[in-house]
Amino acid sequence: MLHISEIGQIFREEYGRSVAVLVRVLGSIDAAEDAVQDAFTEAVARWPDAGKPPSPAGWIITTARNRAIDRLRREASGREKLAQAALLHGDEHGDETEGIEVDGVEDDQLRLIFTCCHPAINRAAQVALTLKLLGGLGTAEIAHAFLVPEPTMAQRLVRAKGKIRDAHIPYRVPSGAELPERLKSVLAVVYLVFNEGYAASSGAGLVREDLCREALRLGRLIMELMPDEPEAKGLLALMLLLNARSAARTTSDGGLVLLADQDRSLWYRDQIAEGQSLVRQCLKRNQPGPYQLQAAINAVHSDAAQPVDTDWHQILALYGQLLAMEPTPVVALNRAVALAEVEGPAAGLAAVDVLELGHYYLFHAVRADLLRRLGRNTEAVAAYRAAQERTDNDAERDFLEGRVRALTTTGPGLAAPTSDDPHGR
Amino acid sequence: MSRYLLSIYQPDGPAPEPEVLNKIMADLDVLNQEMRDAGAWVFTGGLHPASTSTVVRVNDCEVLTTDGPFTEAKEHVGGLWVIEAPDLDVALGWGRKAAQATTLPIEVRPFAGYRE
Repeated sequence: MLHISEIGQIFREEYGRSVAVLVRVLGSIDAAEDAVQDAFTEAVARWPDAGKPPSPAGWIITTARNRAIDRLRREASGREKLAQAALLHGDEHGDETEGIEVDGVEDDQLRLIFTCCHPAINRAAQVALTLKLLGGLGTAEIAHAFLVPEPTMAQRLVRAKGKIRDAHIPYRVPSGAELPERLKSVLAVVYLVFNEGYAASSGAGLVREDLCREALRLGRLIMELMPDEPEAKGLLALMLLLNARSAARTTSDGGLVLLADQDRSLWYRDQIAEGQSLVRQCLKRNQPGPYQLQAAINAVHSDAAQPVDTDWHQILALYGQLLAMEPTPVVALNRAVALAEVEGPAAGLAAVDVLELGHYYLFHAVRADLLRRLGRNTEAVAAYRAAQERTDNDAERDFLEGRVRALTTTGPGLAAPTSDDPHGR
Repeated sequence: MSRYLLSIYQPDGPAPEPEVLNKIMADLDVLNQEMRDAGAWVFTGGLHPASTSTVVRVNDCEVLTTDGPFTEAKEHVGGLWVIEAPDLDVALGWGRKAAQATTLPIEVRPFAGYRE
């Protein structure tokens, strides 16, 4: 017998697809969500006895549409709603079973992503909407993942959906000249979802993993539907290559493990293989962009069986390219770390010291490491302390404390020969 | 079609130099004609500075009249369009052209209860 929790699981998996199709059919996000909710109620009543239908997605979409017709009939007060109900009713018997409406469901999902990530909606709401409508995450889960009270998140979602409705934000994939900017916004949202799941190393483990999985799923969907967009490919490659290290980057008690110190046998080989294959496709295409370059950098790291095998010359060259494209101090800091590996800590320190990043804990952590490698231990300890003051993350603070302890208990030059790569995650 | 209000946000203070202003007025003429040709134009108008504003309130049948704009700010609405567009993307396209012509920020906001 089918348990309700299994039905819930199926609905969650099919939620994004179903809502995307129904938004097109019904022309309203709220109506689409209500209809899928109605279909869930019906599934809970029928599936335990009747069993799971052969195509749950088809069943959910057909049932949801029929429940939407019922609702419209019930609520029909004006001529417009009756007309809409009649219109929907018109093809109700056309294909009662399944199939026809599920065709092109991916296109509907792509339309919905572009609507959720429309630049007229603020970034935090874009992320929340995408997780809610495409990922099927509940409001409470999203609120929990982003550490905001549930009513705040509910309010954010209501406001964004209201704006889509009232300002008539279109439900379509933008064309031609508009596409590059709009795609950038979509990819940024997907990467934000991934990072939210990946960067926070403690607490709420399940939801965190869900965020990474959802970001990978969305990244894959976008790449498959937009095969001519190399940055979409680059983003998926980047997320795969980072995610491949997730089991190796924390200790059992939640501590942070730097790239150089990770047990590389814990890396997910299949994700690395897929990520590297995507990077190779990007290289062949030769239209580099920021995600592709970051993916390429991580592919080089993944190539090294041991940290000492890392091709730092290539990483330095890639960071040079990335810096030309995105001349930000954070990219420059990463480049300086690679420079220190190629030309030594003194060259790295010189490149770090000119950056205006005093507020950023990694700036101090990188400086501290370079000073330590130069044997300037007193300055290194001060820099580790400065880094500690600028992070709220317990795992990071513990890590820095460990470094300070190593420096104050061993003699100069005896400290661990690893680098504090800010990309080392 | 939906209706949108395009408001021009203008900093308080003296008007731009004549040669700058002439260019803006010429660009606005071109834009208004383009809107008319596209069937998007409903209404447009420029306003006198916010210092010419007066606010009227009624409290318990008592009328209170105050000198000046409703909100104290460094910029106020300096003019507006009402346009028709099939969706927000098209309205934002007009907003972008309006921002280029006026060299000022444009707020695009949908009218309620208007859908044809």
